[in-house]
Amino acid sequence: MHRIIAAAGALCMTTVMSGAFAGEVKAANEKVILRVCNWEEYVDLGEWDEEEVIDLESGDIFGENSLIEDFEEWYLETYGVEVEVEYSTFGTNEELYSQLTLGDVYDLVCPSDYMIMKLMSENKVVPFTEDFFDENDEYNYYVKGVSPYINDVFWSNEINGEAWGKYAAGYMWGTTGFVYNADEVAGEDVKTWDLLTNSDYFRQVTVKDNVRDAYFPTLAILNKDKLLNESFINSENYSEELSALMNDTSDGTIERAEAKLKEIRANVYAFETDSGKADMVSGKILASLQWSGDAVYAMDQAEEDDVYLYWEVPDECTNLWFDGWVMLKAGVDGDEAKQKAAQAFINFLSRPDNVVRNMYYIGYTSSISAAEDGRVYEYVEWLYGAEDDEEEPAEYPLGYFFTGNEDDEDYVLFTRKKLPPSP
Amino acid sequence: MTRKQLGIPYAVFLICFVIAPLLVVLYYAFTNGEGYFTFANFIRFFTDQNTIGTLFYSLALSLCTTAVCLLIAYPTAYFLAQSKIKRKAVLLGLFIIPMWINFTLRIAALKEILTLIEGNLAFHPFLNSVVGMTYDFLPFMILPLYTTITKIDPSLGEASRDLGATRWETFTRVTIPLSLPGIISGVTMVFLPAMTNYVVLDMLYNSTYIMGSLIGSYFSAYDWNSGSMISIVLLIIIFLVTWATGGFKDEENARGALL
Repeated sequence: MHRIIAAAGALCMTTVMSGAFAGEVKAANEKVILRVCNWEEYVDLGEWDEEEVIDLESGDIFGENSLIEDFEEWYLETYGVEVEVEYSTFGTNEELYSQLTLGDVYDLVCPSDYMIMKLMSENKVVPFTEDFFDENDEYNYYVKGVSPYINDVFWSNEINGEAWGKYAAGYMWGTTGFVYNADEVAGEDVKTWDLLTNSDYFRQVTVKDNVRDAYFPTLAILNKDKLLNESFINSENYSEELSALMNDTSDGTIERAEAKLKEIRANVYAFETDSGKADMVSGKILASLQWSGDAVYAMDQAEEDDVYLYWEVPDECTNLWFDGWVMLKAGVDGDEAKQKAAQAFINFLSRPDNVVRNMYYIGYTSSISAAEDGRVYEYVEWLYGAEDDEEEPAEYPLGYFFTGNEDDEDYVLFTRKKLPPSP
Repeated sequence: MTRKQLGIPYAVFLICFVIAPLLVVLYYAFTNGEGYFTFANFIRFFTDQNTIGTLFYSLALSLCTTAVCLLIAYPTAYFLAQSKIKRKAVLLGLFIIPMWINFTLRIAALKEILTLIEGNLAFHPFLNSVVGMTYDFLPFMILPLYTTITKIDPSLGEASRDLGATRWETFTRVTIPLSLPGIISGVTMVFLPAMTNYVVLDMLYNSTYIMGSLIGSYFSAYDWNSGSMISIVLLIIIFLVTWATGGFKDEENARGALL
């Protein structure tokens, strides 16, 4: 037995020594180690094929190396400090949270809305410094480029009296809705969350297997009449009341939701975590509750097989979801060099050309609109814009996202995407 | 190096990855969120009709899977072991080779095949679950059975026939009792995994809920206590199954069959 103890002791010694060694190196080179944890496949890793180049009028955008490497290089060039990014990934918010509780230490992480709120309420995150919000700094790409629409959400919502925006910087965002096969599903049926309990589509629809995305449509079904009521929609406190209604977790509501969820379960094809997209493409199901980014993916995949799927957000209301960067107290607290590098990392990813690279690579929509720079909108037009000879292009007003003005005529996208056939 | 010292790597492995985690599970199962000792986790489990329903559903699924596996595997293993063909290893290989193919790929293929046959998988959740589990666990049943049956001395069967027993009597009164260790180890290797391996069901299409899914959903809600408690419940069930089938008695044979 004492041999084992001796072995364990030796192991400890090596750990201590290597720790001490690392400390010395840091002191000598002043190299900053930045530990980043992000979703899987959620940053451009480069190595694009040559034909993948995005040829915008303002210049080509191409992902040669990973954005992580590019950041290390850029940081050294810009600030003269060497930084090494230790990049790791997680699969679900819950997985990230368990990693944190089990003692993994990261400086910068990218969880979703509700997990950011949880981390904030548990006092596990540190606020950005004042420098981060200085619009005069040419390298503050985030604060200069963030969409007014997203920015408004971040500053008008609070946890414990503190705005999200103080702690979190938006990365990607989207809505929740239905991807559907327009040949089989009537247009008005997908305009309501009731589709989940609609017996016309018995065992033909999927819903997500997680609390956030299953509880919310259930509440929307339970409150359908109220949500569609004109006087409710036009009432003064519409957004507060809506938010209170859709975030209601009182015992009575949970009980009613449970009963409704059982009804949904008896009607749908499955509660899925990831298979919904593939089942949609292969035609096993007719409609699927999805996040907008995954919906785009499913629609693109289906198009390759000449199957056209469509996207609809029900009329009652939807869930605006986003993933955002937060700095963790356990990681950066007190270390100014780290905090600076973490904030620079967010800014680097918010630089318009990098935003375009990420959007192309990941398929999700960035929170950065960079209206002044213009390249993000140029990319959206490049990707979805109608050809000049398109006869009846569809109009998508995007002003709300780019300038905060819904009626901004400069941001009406004419797209070649066909509208679903009218039933 | 003495023989005892050679066992050290395994002892270390056992302590780190079996005993220590088990103690952690025990600790969580009998404490609440604040770390106080409690039986509340167990009481909640056995008084909630949803969780009890899941338990019985899993048991039913597991029993069916084990029975189907046994019904398919026994004749297969028997004829394989009895056959006079020279290249038995090749035949046996046919049953093992599917295990070399990635699990994800196999279940994805099974999903397509079942959809082709049934049209819509969601109409037969229980049947599909049994098919999926059987597909996944069949080799674990065939192998121990095959090993045990080949080890049976053929002269015992001949003696039985000489003494006037029919082929059927010889089979039921000589072969089956002698292959019991194989049956037991096969059943043990299929029964418990079939109660918890929810990945198979998730991949087929996720609409049935078994004990494994329950642990998963507790863990994703950070309820380590209830999740651990279910692991303990499962541990007790498998202990009872092993004990009832006499798995603890005939250790040498059972272990031989496992290998």
